[in-house]
Amino acid sequence: MSISAQRRRRGLAQFANSFRRDRTGMTGLVILAIFIATAILAPILIPDEALDVTKADGGRFESPSFSYPLGTDEVGRSILLMLAWGTRISLTVGLAATLISMVIGTTFGIMAGHFRGVGSQALVGVTDWFLVIPFLPLAIVLATVLGPSTLNLIIVIGITSWAGTARLIRAQTLSIEGRPYLERSKALGAGNWYQMSRHVLPNVFPLVLANTTLTVAIVILSETTLSFLGLGDPGAPSWGALLDRAFSSGAVSRGAWWYVLPPGICVVLVVLAFTLVGRAMERIVDPRRAS
Amino acid sequence: MLRAFITLAFVVIFNFFLFRMLPGDPIGLYARGRNQDPEQLVELRRALNKPLLEQFLTYLRNPFDSTIDSTRFSRPVWEMIGERLWPTLLLLGTAILLASIIGIWIGIRAGWKPGGRFDRLSTGSTLILYSMPEFWLGMMLLIVFAAGAFGIPGMFPVGGISTPGVDTSSPMGWLNVLWHLVLPCTTLVLIYLADYALVMRSSLIDERKQEYLTLARAKGLRDAMVRKRHAVPNALLPTVTLIFLSLGFVVTGAITVETVFSWPGLGLLTYEALRGPDIPLLQAIFLMFSIAVIVANLIAELLYVAFDPRVRS
Repeated sequence: MSISAQRRRRGLAQFANSFRRDRTGMTGLVILAIFIATAILAPILIPDEALDVTKADGGRFESPSFSYPLGTDEVGRSILLMLAWGTRISLTVGLAATLISMVIGTTFGIMAGHFRGVGSQALVGVTDWFLVIPFLPLAIVLATVLGPSTLNLIIVIGITSWAGTARLIRAQTLSIEGRPYLERSKALGAGNWYQMSRHVLPNVFPLVLANTTLTVAIVILSETTLSFLGLGDPGAPSWGALLDRAFSSGAVSRGAWWYVLPPGICVVLVVLAFTLVGRAMERIVDPRRAS
Repeated sequence: MLRAFITLAFVVIFNFFLFRMLPGDPIGLYARGRNQDPEQLVELRRALNKPLLEQFLTYLRNPFDSTIDSTRFSRPVWEMIGERLWPTLLLLGTAILLASIIGIWIGIRAGWKPGGRFDRLSTGSTLILYSMPEFWLGMMLLIVFAAGAFGIPGMFPVGGISTPGVDTSSPMGWLNVLWHLVLPCTTLVLIYLADYALVMRSSLIDERKQEYLTLARAKGLRDAMVRKRHAVPNALLPTVTLIFLSLGFVVTGAITVETVFSWPGLGLLTYEALRGPDIPLLQAIFLMFSIAVIVANLIAELLYVAFDPRVRS
């Protein structure tokens, strides 16, 4: 095994050790594990008829009972089953949009930090622009232009939420650029691509991971908001879409709390869990920033 | 200053081109279901088929053209925005004011004794508030305090800015508006204060490490005085700028919370526009929100320069 691979493995083991000792981080991880298991098992546990409007067997707005632990919605479907299915959609959108946001943010950040001159300034300018423009109006405008679908929702959230990451990664890249090993690599004739991919990226990567976890939290909140406004796929019952339907079917004025409370609790738990895990990772990777 | 102008210029350009990418037949959409003079339609089509550059120049001459009509309400968009501005200013102004007072107070108490019981309790609850979709909090407040669930009588109205028929210019009318304001305002205050409290706390913790505090203590100043006279004024600066910088985040809350409470402001107008979708209205709203946020950012920057001599050099 090469020296660098050994070092990487040792680093990973150290990280896992520190993380295991972080109580709030572990709490978050356990909550996440439960939700991820629900998301993966949803298609096995939930019969297809449960989500079909025409095959709904409950009454309208039934309060929680033995056969419907969380009551029923406006057409008589079990809210518990819809909620479990929603976990799958909300988590998928959250993770996919975060992936787009991270790829754009990291690429922009590293390039803006590595290069000098007009190009770099333009990258910083674009990043600043996205940081200033209010998120929701921009997302609404983009989603309206693209049309409502789950894929478009992912794209819209991905391209509106990368700017914070880009700024963070740029700052980190600038501090790495001054280090001697990069100078040595340049002296040996390494090209820009080699420097960025072999030296800068591995060094900013732990920070990228910690930031990713925090971004997922924000992205899931964004997904809930956009779906609530009806900008997601109308057929996909994500948590935000459930809240949208609860709102437009009049569950609020009927006092049907079992329709409104559970999706919100799920959002809070997942967002909180990602935040706790992300902060714990940040404390380990970058203790100076996290304090 | 220059940066703010460049950002603004980009918003104006972006606003134009993005909406030209829309597929479909906007005029067909506009004319559907109404008695439109065919000659007028031909005229409209000709205007829309002009070269893009020419359209762009017309747009640049006046992005706030008062003759542009909403497709859904058939009224000039800027006139509608002007009408809806006041309810939003009332709601957001009250919410931001209360949230900053309460948030800063919590931040001071928590940050002065980090790790204490108050700090643990407040940081825990602010984190939970931070993870909450604001419209969901609003819906829950409505269910509990307005819909009569859980045996609690409905104390507050389910929506709107005043009871229909009440004259809002009389003192009784003001009370009526105030009564309608309670729930949406509480929702926004709870969501915003989480942000403000977290920033005030962390900037006070940063301030605690500074040497001038040790000096103030060495002078024999009591702890409360050290906090009030020395630490808090310095820690306030980042928090106050944040209140201006967070306007983008404030706008998000306004859109969804106004929708939930049918508060007739710009947020509800946005919701109505996107349900259409009413493109001219949406375009104008986007321009308006962006300008508001850019101006707020500029104010934050100027405030920082005015109050912190260190950045002036």
